[in-house]
Amino acid sequence: MIELEGLTKRYGEKVAVDDLTFTVRPGIVTGFLGPNGAGKSTTMRMILGLDHPTAGDVRIDGTRYDRLEDPLTCIGALLEAKGVHPGRSAYNHLLCLAQSNGIQPRRVHEVLDAVGLTAVARKKAKGFSLGMGQRLGIAAALLGDPRILMFDEPVNGLDPEGIHWIRTLMKSLATQGRTVFVSSHLMSEMALTADHLVVIGQGRLLADTSMAEFIERNSRSYVRVRSPQRELLLDVLHQGGITAVAGGDGALEVDGSKAEYIGELAARHQLVLHELSPQQASLEEAFMQLTAESVEYHAHTGTPVPPQQWGDGWKRG
Amino acid sequence: MSTPPPPMPQSAAPDWQAAPGAARPASGPAGAGYTSPIPVVRTHLGHALASEWTKIKSVRSTMWTLGVFVALVVGIGALTGMVVASSDPDLGGESPLSLGFFGLLLGGMCIITLGVLTTASEYGTGMIRTTMVACPSRGRVLAAKALVFFVLAFVVTLVCATLIGFVHVALLEEYNAKDPSGEEWLKGTVGVSLYLALLGTLSLAIGSVIRHSAGAITIMIGAVLAPLVIALFMFSSSLEDVQQALFEYSIPNQMSIFYANSLSESGPSGWDPLWIMLVATGAALGGAFALLEKRDV
Repeated sequence: MIELEGLTKRYGEKVAVDDLTFTVRPGIVTGFLGPNGAGKSTTMRMILGLDHPTAGDVRIDGTRYDRLEDPLTCIGALLEAKGVHPGRSAYNHLLCLAQSNGIQPRRVHEVLDAVGLTAVARKKAKGFSLGMGQRLGIAAALLGDPRILMFDEPVNGLDPEGIHWIRTLMKSLATQGRTVFVSSHLMSEMALTADHLVVIGQGRLLADTSMAEFIERNSRSYVRVRSPQRELLLDVLHQGGITAVAGGDGALEVDGSKAEYIGELAARHQLVLHELSPQQASLEEAFMQLTAESVEYHAHTGTPVPPQQWGDGWKRG
Repeated sequence: MSTPPPPMPQSAAPDWQAAPGAARPASGPAGAGYTSPIPVVRTHLGHALASEWTKIKSVRSTMWTLGVFVALVVGIGALTGMVVASSDPDLGGESPLSLGFFGLLLGGMCIITLGVLTTASEYGTGMIRTTMVACPSRGRVLAAKALVFFVLAFVVTLVCATLIGFVHVALLEEYNAKDPSGEEWLKGTVGVSLYLALLGTLSLAIGSVIRHSAGAITIMIGAVLAPLVIALFMFSSSLEDVQQALFEYSIPNQMSIFYANSLSESGPSGWDPLWIMLVATGAALGGAFALLEKRDV
């Protein structure tokens, strides 16, 4: 259980996190979604007591983080940055963390085994690939067998097998009754793992809803119809009590009707159809719409990029 | 520590425990969530000390800096001893322990480096976030680091200084060297070791403030050398007093006082350097504590 209340962080003039209030509940995976620079990592650092909030409050099971007596058995976190001394071995890294919380060294072997790093336990962390580093971070998060787990962009740098593994892991951790809070900037990733969704943009709360509700609300399903007899088709649809709107490319888009019904209707009036296809707006689109105004770093698709010649990079470099 | 928030009302706990349980059957019958089989341990300074000890001994930079330190103190000490002995000198009742000064002065650079690295390297690697998440009491982390480092630096210096002291006494016995008194032994071993360990702890505090290894090491080496160098160029007679003070209170001169061969006649004497360094280190640690609590990690 993580409770945020009016959490705000300002760096000078710039507001990184703006009056966030939401609760992360146990037993489910809560996705924390937002475009790059939305304030996800800052929020997570404030939850962990690393950054002081400018205003507002965070509680971990009702307690402030810096008042926790047993931080690692209460909450385990994987932060975006690796956070490992490159010269220290995986085993020693986990051992010093375990010792700081009075956790038995036996547990270090257990978590190394759980993330599949036993073979490289004595190797220095600097030789680790991005994926191995991520696994080491997850091992550190699991060290205290905590009630609450927080992952910042956990699938970054993982291969497909690793991504599948972390998804399964997060779900099983939540099924055990733990609180799982995971950030991502990929809607598609969240759709596969999260039960609940918190969306922020430019530090502001944009949505706090269950995943099912979000999908239902945001995934518009419609039927696309294209016909050379467009006007006739519009009349027929109108008579049938169906409203159609003009889509791109001369097509018509019909909300809330089955493709079968439209097809039968057209057949009855002997109309030629060139296309009749059920469409589903992707969650990614819904997410982009939601955060459109709050994206900080826009790629300006409108303005043409000056044509690049081969070798430009060398001249500039 | 920042201002404590008002305590949560007692009724808040059952409130939140009931809410998710009712809304989401997945979270278990009582909505209490997961209970770990791992026993909950109330953490204290002892845990942080064990952790910092594992940290300091599990990186190669510790072995390197301390290895070079031992090589400098013992190596240069033994060399000086042998060179002096081979020239068939008459020491005229001088204490042979003072020959250890050069090695320890150079070795001090290693202690400074290790002290800075103990804190600053965690900022360079991002390890500090992991550390502070595992131990949210920031003061405890700094205290554990300072204690572990201080004891390690003191023990290593003490062993080296004592060893080289015995070597010098044995080598120079026959050349009319003074048999060092008990207090001379104490100052030349325990005294100078405490001084160097404190100098290292001062560096550790500076490393925590600066959060950048190279920057903090530069500052500390500057602090050791700059007063002497600046004093060298103070020709004007009106600055004579300042020049004198810079000489007397420079760290090399303070160290030499432990061997009673001060570069000057006035200024600090006896155990004074130790108290000066103790105050400086205490102040730096105090500043580091305050900044650590105030800043974001």
